[in-house]
Amino acid sequence: MPTADAAVNAASAALPAKPASPAPASFSARGRRRLAVGLGLLALLLAAAASLAVGAREVPLADVVRALFGSEPYSFSELAVRERMPRTVLALAAGVALGVSGALMQAVTRNPLADPGILGVNTGAALFVVAGLAFFGISSLGQYVWLALLGAFLTAVFVYAVSALGRGGSTPIKLALAGAAATAAFSSLISALLLPRIDVMNTFRFWMVGGVGGAEWESLLVIAPLLAMGLALGLAVTPALNALALGDEVAKGLGVRIGWLRLAAAAAGVMLCGAVTAVAGPIGFVGLMVPHAVRLLTGPDQRWIAMLSALYGAVLLTTADVIGRIVARPGELEVGIVTVIIGAPVFIAIVRRYRVREL
Amino acid sequence: MSDALAILRQGRRRRWRRRLLVTGILVALALVLAAALLMLGNTIYPAQDVFRVIMGEKVTGASFAVGTLRLPRMIAAVLAGLAFGAAGAAFQTMLRNPLASPDIIGINSGCSAAAVTCILLFNMSGAAVSAISVLAGLAVAALIYLLAYGREGASGRLILMGIGVGALMDAVVSYMLLKGSEYDIPAAYRWLTGSLNAMRMDEMGSLAIAVAILLPLALVLARSLEAVELGDETAHALGARVERTRILLILCAVGLVAFATATTGPIAFVAFLSGPIASRLVGTGKPHILQAALVGAALVLAADLLGQFAFDTRFPVGVITGILGAPYLLVLLIRLNRKGSSL
Repeated sequence: MPTADAAVNAASAALPAKPASPAPASFSARGRRRLAVGLGLLALLLAAAASLAVGAREVPLADVVRALFGSEPYSFSELAVRERMPRTVLALAAGVALGVSGALMQAVTRNPLADPGILGVNTGAALFVVAGLAFFGISSLGQYVWLALLGAFLTAVFVYAVSALGRGGSTPIKLALAGAAATAAFSSLISALLLPRIDVMNTFRFWMVGGVGGAEWESLLVIAPLLAMGLALGLAVTPALNALALGDEVAKGLGVRIGWLRLAAAAAGVMLCGAVTAVAGPIGFVGLMVPHAVRLLTGPDQRWIAMLSALYGAVLLTTADVIGRIVARPGELEVGIVTVIIGAPVFIAIVRRYRVREL
Repeated sequence: MSDALAILRQGRRRRWRRRLLVTGILVALALVLAAALLMLGNTIYPAQDVFRVIMGEKVTGASFAVGTLRLPRMIAAVLAGLAFGAAGAAFQTMLRNPLASPDIIGINSGCSAAAVTCILLFNMSGAAVSAISVLAGLAVAALIYLLAYGREGASGRLILMGIGVGALMDAVVSYMLLKGSEYDIPAAYRWLTGSLNAMRMDEMGSLAIAVAILLPLALVLARSLEAVELGDETAHALGARVERTRILLILCAVGLVAFATATTGPIAFVAFLSGPIASRLVGTGKPHILQAALVGAALVLAADLLGQFAFDTRFPVGVITGILGAPYLLVLLIRLNRKGSSL
């Protein structure tokens, strides 16, 4: 019933497709964005500090500051903080990358459910990494980063193509199902590769869940250029994505070269999530949740969505990592599990908000 | 007029004959595959040895290999195949969507998550695991149904809800696998992909009882499904009690899935594949739960034979069905129209 749905939708905030309300809203929208950036930065600082301080050993904040800015010799607590630093940096970087990646993918596919996890991109990257481990004796990150990227890219193209073929083009339902099918098939292939190789299986089962616990400076250095390139490319195309949101014809009329734009944005999105997956394993739902939440604050402007997705993606992932360390003390719950536990209900909420016609 | 009637009658008779033929062939196929599963292995035993073991005679060597190792495996394959196939067809018919099978909408994952939690965390086994797994399956089904309930296009929404809930359940399974000790992992992999390895005769009891009760019940309800398949409004007009039938069938199908999952793990895509294959074989228009159940049994048996003997390594059955089923899902998706409801 359209009326019932309208009531439900009115209760929640405006849909992204709806234009922002006229004149006075533009002022308040600017204020809201400033507020969002300010709150986001504050949250980021808190999350990063918590990520350094919380763990099997609690470190008071004063020691955290001393560990960051002081000099040797370090006390035991300060050493613990310095040990945690790569992990915090990876969580922040992965959050930025996944948030932007999700925003780009949702904009390119004009599909509210596009997300590296839903699209099966993570599993595709995983499959290629496992194949590398199993067949080519690849062991260093520098080598399998490229495999992960290749896997991510091929899977993204494949899943999107499958969902776009046939009558009616790509719809959220078809995209989600194509992603689920690809995930199921790739998981089976991964099992087939892993089961005969118990040693590979053992390293892999930790990678497969998605965690930032094993972070090291070297691995961060390997993916840093990729992340930088992906971010630069992604943020560069966001103005044109605004035109794309108006529809292909309008965008063409505005002088946007649609094919190139799509390719560039998708390449940036895949580069970001592929690089993260190579280091941290598949971390689902961050790219899905963050752009949706951010859109409520900023309205439909893709530039703001991408930038705030970066900010809040980092906040979310770092917080999820801290939560994982708190709830399962003295062990930890991998961040990939925490994000799914938070993200699946959000996914359901998103599905409930949209009418099926829009899906 | 009498000509038209004669043609109609003839058509009905032809369809009925085809149905009977297909059912017969499927039974025969399942029997052949089951016999192959009993005969083949490290040592190949001739059919008469296998037969004597089943009849309860002592045959040196064969008694252990066939009676203790292969027979439970075969029985598990047949029962799980029947259960998954029937449940899948029931869901697909009920929701009028070939994609709405329990393995795609997350019910298998729910059962699996419950079972793996019971086994790895609480060290439970046997009937208790089955019972909790059944409850979890029902809870997941109810959750998805409630979340998707009462809105237009409920079937498409239901699938998306299922994918979301399924992702949540899979996260639980992965977490449990991480917590499990190293030597438990190959066994625990069953709960990700489904496997028939290390089945024991005493584990078959609950599944056998469940299939014996729930499968005939589903078949009886299938007659009411005939009306439901025409659409809710039409079914109402024809006097079928849609909601009651639907809930009974959900219970029935979820029960079948849950008992089978508690025994063998979520064998990928069997529920999803069986219904469409059966309807292709039988011809369109009629519920085909019996045929789908038989297709399911044949699929699991064949996939297990492939997994055991076609490659250097022995793969669990779920790996094979997962690889076989995914391309079909993709084909189905490509042919799906915009509404996401019918083909």
